[in-house]
Amino acid sequence: MGWLLEWMSVEVALLAALVSPLAGAALVVALGPNPNARDGSSLVAGVVTFLCVLRIAMALQAGEPVAMELWEPTPGLLFALEVEPLGLLFALVASLLWPITTLYAIGYMRAHHEEHQTRFFAFFAITISAVLALAFSANLASLFVCYEAITLATFPLVTHSNDRTAWRAGRVYLGILMGTSVGLLLFGVLGVHALAGTTRFTPGGVLAGPLADGNVSKATLGVLLGLFVFGAAKAAVMPFHRWLPNAMVAPTPVSALLHAVAVVKAGVFTILKVVVYIFGLDLVRELHAHTLLLYVAGFTVVAASVIAMHKDNLKERLAYSTIGQLSYIVLGALLVAPESVQGAGLHIAAHAAGKITLFFGAGALLVTAHKKYVSELDGIGRQMPITMACFAIGSLSIIGLPPTGGMWSKLLLIEGAYHAGHGPVVVALLISSLLSVVYLLSIPVRAFLRPAPTAQTGEHPHHGPAPWTCRIAMVLTAGLSVWLFLFPDFLYDLVVRMTEPTP
Amino acid sequence: MIAEHAIILVVVLPLLVAPLCVLLGRGTLAWGAATLAVWSSFGLALHLLGRVLEEGVLRYQLGGWAPPVGIEYRLDLAGALVMTIVTAIGAVVLPYSFASVRREIDEHRHAWFYACLLLCFAGLLGITVTGDAFNLFVSLEISSLATYVLVSIGRDRRALTAAFRYLLLGTVGATFYLIGVGFLYQMTGTLNMEDMARILTEARPDGLGPVHSTKTVRAALAFLTVGTFLKIALFPLHVWLPNVYAYAPSVVSAFLSATATKVAILVLLRVFYTVDGKATPFDALPIADTMVPLAIVGALVASFVAIYQRDVKRLLAYSSIAQVGYMAIGIGLATQAGLAASLLHMINHAIMKGTLFLAVGCIVYRVGQTRLEGLRGVGREMPLTSTALVLGGLSLIGVPLTAGFVSKWALLQAVLADSHWIVAALILLSSLLSILYVGQVIHVLLLRKRPPGAAPIQEAPLWMVLPTLVLAIGNLWFGIASDQAAEVSRQAAEFLIREVAP
Repeated sequence: MGWLLEWMSVEVALLAALVSPLAGAALVVALGPNPNARDGSSLVAGVVTFLCVLRIAMALQAGEPVAMELWEPTPGLLFALEVEPLGLLFALVASLLWPITTLYAIGYMRAHHEEHQTRFFAFFAITISAVLALAFSANLASLFVCYEAITLATFPLVTHSNDRTAWRAGRVYLGILMGTSVGLLLFGVLGVHALAGTTRFTPGGVLAGPLADGNVSKATLGVLLGLFVFGAAKAAVMPFHRWLPNAMVAPTPVSALLHAVAVVKAGVFTILKVVVYIFGLDLVRELHAHTLLLYVAGFTVVAASVIAMHKDNLKERLAYSTIGQLSYIVLGALLVAPESVQGAGLHIAAHAAGKITLFFGAGALLVTAHKKYVSELDGIGRQMPITMACFAIGSLSIIGLPPTGGMWSKLLLIEGAYHAGHGPVVVALLISSLLSVVYLLSIPVRAFLRPAPTAQTGEHPHHGPAPWTCRIAMVLTAGLSVWLFLFPDFLYDLVVRMTEPTP
Repeated sequence: MIAEHAIILVVVLPLLVAPLCVLLGRGTLAWGAATLAVWSSFGLALHLLGRVLEEGVLRYQLGGWAPPVGIEYRLDLAGALVMTIVTAIGAVVLPYSFASVRREIDEHRHAWFYACLLLCFAGLLGITVTGDAFNLFVSLEISSLATYVLVSIGRDRRALTAAFRYLLLGTVGATFYLIGVGFLYQMTGTLNMEDMARILTEARPDGLGPVHSTKTVRAALAFLTVGTFLKIALFPLHVWLPNVYAYAPSVVSAFLSATATKVAILVLLRVFYTVDGKATPFDALPIADTMVPLAIVGALVASFVAIYQRDVKRLLAYSSIAQVGYMAIGIGLATQAGLAASLLHMINHAIMKGTLFLAVGCIVYRVGQTRLEGLRGVGREMPLTSTALVLGGLSLIGVPLTAGFVSKWALLQAVLADSHWIVAALILLSSLLSILYVGQVIHVLLLRKRPPGAAPIQEAPLWMVLPTLVLAIGNLWFGIASDQAAEVSRQAAEFLIREVAP
């Protein structure tokens, strides 16, 4: 990989990581009439973006600072980029999974005969650019701008099918995400600015000073923390979770990358960043509010799992599973034990690899066998063995069993909860894991072990396996889950550096 | 020579071309003359802004009579800023007006229309340059009288009652202003603002404290304040505004919404800072205590009422009242950051409201009406117009990457710097309401389907769409890349505040 170092300076890589998805979007629009060239350019943009992020990762490993200031339209509103370990982890995950999802989407969108594919791939690329900008934001103000940009860029993807349900879902989506971000998150961002005089992400936090000076009470800081936890509604902490099941009307690649990886992780990423770099772990530990919020997140974990068990629609079941898993990360942040925060960071990657595999599976079932409901999947594993095998690996990762990366993150989370002395949280995590065994693992079991429906009950028509691009993508992401189990060191080093900043 | 007299040419040029328009008689010729005049004013305004930034306050003695005997034109940065807004909006609106006016106003009135537009324009510019309290009143009346005609010149007969009501309330406002100036003249014996400011701080003849501590001066201040509140349509003195903006021809709505309230706010700043500045009006009268609550209630109530409007132009008019509320909050804070945020929001609001009213004008050109029911799906067939409308709408909400976000950010930051947490929360609440009303317009225009059997619609003519898009892109430009607007408004606020400092 040495050639990458010579070929590109890190500043160029940082800008290119944000610009190349946008350039990809422009190419997609320009090449719209020629589908093969268009989809090819999307893939190339994805690979280039990933290489740029890789270059940034190398620089960070080598200890080079990676930062850049762009614009300042008004004092205090500074668009600036600065890469730190957590942001890098998030960016790596998003940029690695983007080309894979594009590969999947090419097969999916064509097999599904979706309209307006040009628009679809263009907005997809724009969203990725906004996600990477969010991951690299140097301060809360830039992060907020990117957060809103993500909401707007994904809106056309949610309403892609352009029918009544899609528009209704789009309204809920925009209403909840914009309402909470303008009403709560922006207030929180401005509050931090007013109290600390800066919104820059600083190791150790920026709010300890104002508290020590007596400028602000602990109760106010507790409210501020609440503004972030609920205001970043992309994290889907109850009661602001309803947009996520609604967003499932979007085409499956959107649900897979955006509503299991990029967009929702932008929410939990915001919360993690705020806890680690704005409040600082020591400060959060002193706030009474964090216990309260901890229980809200814990409730979300359990409640979402219970709801997921009752959903027969596969994508909705996965959506509720995502809601529960996101709150794992929120829990990890709010437990403020070093292990739990590390676990939360690691879970961003582990859950991403697992859940994207599951969504790929769900989409493959939809385009190939036209099955949307779990109850229709008896015996389907014989016709689609690769799909269902990958689905099983993804399920194991979400549950947190070996041989998948989900095990490490969940272990760290539980360890952190135990060390922080929150027994009920440990119980909640365990219950939710057991529930996820029921609602996830039952699906591949059903597909492989139950007999296919007989002629009387209506046999599966022979449809064969999923499109080949879809199968490649699934194998890649399932492989990623296993790889995260075997070689978690690199990511683990990153999250350790996040909680123990090197001086 | 032009540079020397630029400050008066800006005003005199449109004032002289106005009767010329009537003499030219034909609509097209009048339009050409008016466009030339406005564009020249725009060029002069840019030149003046540059000079003020470089040299500080510019002065010009009318007829060579030295102040305080003669009238003095005195352009500071705040004035130059508002002048640039007014002329820039004029320069965008005039090319647009050609097609729009032909559609909405009877042929034989075209020349009169352009004459009145120029008079209004000249009046507004006169307010921005003058350093004389009475001359300000005269300019205010020139622009107001022209406005009454402009509002009622269209074919919509409802505009007549709207204009009449505006005439009544506008006259009350102007009279209050005049009474205030009269009181001040009685106490100081001068009409020159700077001279007034100086004499107000001098000792009274009876030796009991400075002149500004007298009841007469306080009463004068109260009259001036209330009169100007009426002109800026601050809640609850806003009742004239919705119908005026709703029933006036599209061009007039766009021009007035982007300029008239802005100039009125400048008058308010002149009262608070230039004239009464050293008298510390914010200490003498409970201005901050009344202005900020009124502004907030206004922002909330107007946003709330806007949600229930079925007419797009009325909806935008109520939103203007809410936005004026934001600007008034910034002024009411009486801090430099608040004032700078207000000025910045003034610029940005001119851009966004201009965009929106121009876009609605494009729709009126093709559809002929502005009621929401009649506009279902129209935006799908007018892609460029709806792009502008969406951009303007997002900016109005204050979505990041638009101009509206930058100024709302600055305002909220100024509010929180003074620890007014509840005020900040209420401003955000009002922003949430704006999501609802903007969303409703966009929903109807873009997402609903055209009723079956409706005739297909074309995009509006190029000369209407182009100016609209120029302003729409301004929303993005000032939202992302440009810090000039923020810098100029910061300097303008600094200058005004410094005038106050003893």
